[in-house]
Amino acid sequence: MPTVQDINYKDTVARTAQAEESISEFQDERMILNMGPSHPATHGVLRIMLELDGEVITKADPEIGYLHRGDEKIAENMTYTQFIPYTDRLDYLAPLANNVAYALAVEKLLGIHDKLPPRCQYIRVMCTELARISSHLLGLGAFAMDVGAVTVFLLTFTEREKIYNLAEAVCGARFTTSYTRVGGLTRDIPHTWLDQCQKFCDEFIPALNEFGTLLTRNRIWVDRVRDLAVISKQDAVDYGLSGPNLRGSGIEWDLRKKQPYLCYKDLEFDVPIGSVGDCYDRYLVRMEEMRQSVRILEQCIKKIPGGAENKEKEPVNYDDGKILLPPKENVMTKMEELIHQFMLVTEGMNCPPGEVYFGHENPKGELGFYIVSKGGGVPYRLKIRAPSFVNLSIIPKLFQGNMISDTVAILGSLDFVMGECDR
Amino acid sequence: MTSLEAAKKVKAKFGELISELPEFRGEVSVRLADAEKIVDVCRYAKNDLDFNYLVDITSIDNYGDDPRWTLVYLLRGLNHGCELRINTSVSEEKSKLPSVVSIWSTANWHEREVYDMMGIHFRDHPDMRRILMWDGYPYFPLRKDFPLAGKETELPGIAFTQVTPMMGGPFVTVAGGNSAMAREPRIRIPDTDAIETMGRLERRKEIQEAHGHPKGPGPIERK
Repeated sequence: MPTVQDINYKDTVARTAQAEESISEFQDERMILNMGPSHPATHGVLRIMLELDGEVITKADPEIGYLHRGDEKIAENMTYTQFIPYTDRLDYLAPLANNVAYALAVEKLLGIHDKLPPRCQYIRVMCTELARISSHLLGLGAFAMDVGAVTVFLLTFTEREKIYNLAEAVCGARFTTSYTRVGGLTRDIPHTWLDQCQKFCDEFIPALNEFGTLLTRNRIWVDRVRDLAVISKQDAVDYGLSGPNLRGSGIEWDLRKKQPYLCYKDLEFDVPIGSVGDCYDRYLVRMEEMRQSVRILEQCIKKIPGGAENKEKEPVNYDDGKILLPPKENVMTKMEELIHQFMLVTEGMNCPPGEVYFGHENPKGELGFYIVSKGGGVPYRLKIRAPSFVNLSIIPKLFQGNMISDTVAILGSLDFVMGECDR
Repeated sequence: MTSLEAAKKVKAKFGELISELPEFRGEVSVRLADAEKIVDVCRYAKNDLDFNYLVDITSIDNYGDDPRWTLVYLLRGLNHGCELRINTSVSEEKSKLPSVVSIWSTANWHEREVYDMMGIHFRDHPDMRRILMWDGYPYFPLRKDFPLAGKETELPGIAFTQVTPMMGGPFVTVAGGNSAMAREPRIRIPDTDAIETMGRLERRKEIQEAHGHPKGPGPIERK
């Protein structure tokens, strides 16, 4: 049986007052939001606890360590050469660069880092620059995809595939390369490799221009990333940022220029820097760095001693039987080489006691190895100064006051990789 | 200014506390006798010598020696390009020294890592928590007396706590068994009746006896 009910409307002023009262208890209420560790924009297993006031982040607390494998502990329990495959798994987007960085650090301990054969230096530089392009391409693609431009990701992966093919041609592995040895390389480059590199360079520049047309003046992209998360010069130095993140804030510091190693002294390239320090600048710096890497690659292709086929038999390894394994045919026929082989495999190379730090300009920033040796073939302590670890430490400061939807853009612009951060 | 001059200046300022270590591979390092003075030395290096960039903080465990801990601070000046390393020691009983976060913000995470891995505390650190290992983890894994294989903790092992979903199924190899033949899933009979009707039981017995397994791995109950 239907009934009639009277509805009492309060007057509007009273209603507003009541509404305000009802939300007053939420005025200072903060919400805790957990982002990650499995979140597509955290590029791996970064976890961030966000404290939110509405949509604005009031506090951010990164939690890392989900990919911690104890690499430094492992390094203390094996010879220097045995640790090379572990370096592939640090920054797994640029394993070739990690191999070079580690080899150079051990060579510095041995005192042979500036006596490497020139052909070896050129090949290592080429590998490093290919790794740089590969890493920046993934960083760029993922950054763009997080902000909503999926096409760029697909295009950059097409180009990365070619770099993987080059890595496969040079060492047999696409991903876990382990290409360097202390004092040299596992093998010389194949005869056709320089041509393949040249072909890649020729194709890559138009592709890079295409990425640029998709993003650099794209209204949506610029609106999303410009003036976002500005890192001042002072903060960048204070927080120890390195690589494109430091240069994006306008500080001209590139270890390839400031502490030249390998043959970088003989090569011409520019170091791009940002003017504002926002996400857009970090993006522009990476785009320009890829161009410069191609420039370096093209110079190396022209200048490499021995050329493509190495008919003059330029060495790629430092000539010391106590550091590098001798050729197999000599091991089978000569006494001294047999002894060297046996000692190297069982005990490793005999390093002098001492402490060295070597910082390498990796794609993500300064990858440093601090090695404490007490003599013998095993490091007493090996500390990895991982660029991503240091670069992420600015997150609590950077996130504060930004909108929650900007977190993905900021993380993308920092371009980190957790394998290296957690070690 | 060169790194060597910077080291001399630090030595002139702090006198007895600082001793110069021999140069190795062109790297200049000094030893600070009293770890409590690390903040003063770092502040001087930053403010007066323009070492504005802290590259890294490392800890070394000199297990069996006293003092047990060595802390290594690697400083760099981005304006002049010099690098300086400061070594200092802390005894095991103390395992504590002042934090340099007030000088370089980047020290925050480096010091947390040192604490996490070695168990050395930093006084006046704003946020002294573990960073790579989880909260409540009872050990310090980079110490030399911590075994490489790790130690048991209260947390259950993450891997292999449950059987795999297809375990015992018709196409899944059985772990163990003495020969590859015995592990071969097609030899096993998950459902005996079905096989009998197919008339293969005899054949199976033959194979098992030929390989010296009167029973074989046998059927496994499926969940």
